[in-house]
Amino acid sequence: MSIWIAIAATAVGCYLVKLVGLLVPAGALERPLVQRLAALLPVALLAALTAQQTFGAHDSLVIDARAAGVAAAALALLLRAPFLVVVAAAVAVTAGVRALGG
Amino acid sequence: MAEQTAHPTSDPQQGPPLTTGTAQPLSKPDSAVVRDALGVGIAVGLSGFAFGVTSAGAGLTLLQTCALSLLVFTGASQFALVGAIAAGGNPLTAAAGAFFLGVRNAFYGLRLSQLLALPKAVRPLAAHWVIDETTAVALAQPDRRSVRLGFTVTGLTLYVLWNLTTLLGALGAEAIGDTNAWGLDAAGPAVFLALLAPMLRTATERAVAGLAVLLGLGLLPVLPAGLPVLVAALAAPAVLWLKGRSLDLATERFKRSEADGGRSERSPRHEARIEPVSTTGTDHDTAAPAASGTASAETPRTDPETRRHDSQKGEDR
Repeated sequence: MSIWIAIAATAVGCYLVKLVGLLVPAGALERPLVQRLAALLPVALLAALTAQQTFGAHDSLVIDARAAGVAAAALALLLRAPFLVVVAAAVAVTAGVRALGG
Repeated sequence: MAEQTAHPTSDPQQGPPLTTGTAQPLSKPDSAVVRDALGVGIAVGLSGFAFGVTSAGAGLTLLQTCALSLLVFTGASQFALVGAIAAGGNPLTAAAGAFFLGVRNAFYGLRLSQLLALPKAVRPLAAHWVIDETTAVALAQPDRRSVRLGFTVTGLTLYVLWNLTTLLGALGAEAIGDTNAWGLDAAGPAVFLALLAPMLRTATERAVAGLAVLLGLGLLPVLPAGLPVLVAALAAPAVLWLKGRSLDLATERFKRSEADGGRSERSPRHEARIEPVSTTGTDHDTAAPAASGTASAETPRTDPETRRHDSQKGEDR
């Protein structure tokens, strides 16, 4: 049930911010500082999420097969692989390391 | 659709018979616009599969997973939400993290509303498709007709495919059983990394990312699940503030020149760094998005940054 609440809250919130952009008179959100912050906010969130989902295990930090997988994804990004290849590399390497008992 | 952005701005160069060189054509054949839009929509739409699998692996039901793709329809937020739920976070904190990731769409909408010039009645419908990819395609078009066409075709293709692949991914994950054994728990962070890489352009972005990683990992053992990410978001204003302080001297100078009618707080340096809305979308140095796929992954500039980001994580351990 609580998952449904989270889904509903996310859906409503995400829809409203999309709508606000289309409805708000131009200029209101165009202050440089606001723009800057809006561009940097996803950077902070994505960086934190990447790190946590790579090394987090509930309330502790671990290095396991996921780290190898995400490193493979980073390598794929360096090689400019398409998005799906990047994700596939992470999944395959993680599975491989686990299969080898990592 | 995850927010990985294709780089449609490079598409004009991709269609040799239709456009010449890098000169911006005054108008663009509809077929070229549709081709750009389909390229992005199809490539990114397919990645809904990764979301479906991840969401099912996080313990969401098929219905919940599909509801997310249908109703939220902004990939990074969806991945963040299911990741936070999987980690045992409070649902509202999880939703807050997903919401903050979605805030940038407001800025896309602002830009698009000028370009699309939609009647008020249509806007609530169009709003659902205001995401990285539609913005990226729309911004790359030379005139209003093409903008509208590009936005609509990208939005429609992506929406249909993203939802179909979400369903397939979730069904597939249920058939697989233990998704972790297949390494599917690495799909989430890989998606985030692919979205992040092209954003890490300047020292400011890298500083924000580095600080956010430190906060996110450092606070993980201390705060309840979901909260560390929200605290890590504060890296953005913190770095901006620090940077503002270091620019004080420069600003001082500009305040003085303000009297001459110069524009006050915008130092040229500052202005040059403002990359509004489409941090991810309008970049384009590569030449292959529509054909080879999507993704942020293809920005050459990601290279040093990704490496750095990666090593940062290493150091944090």
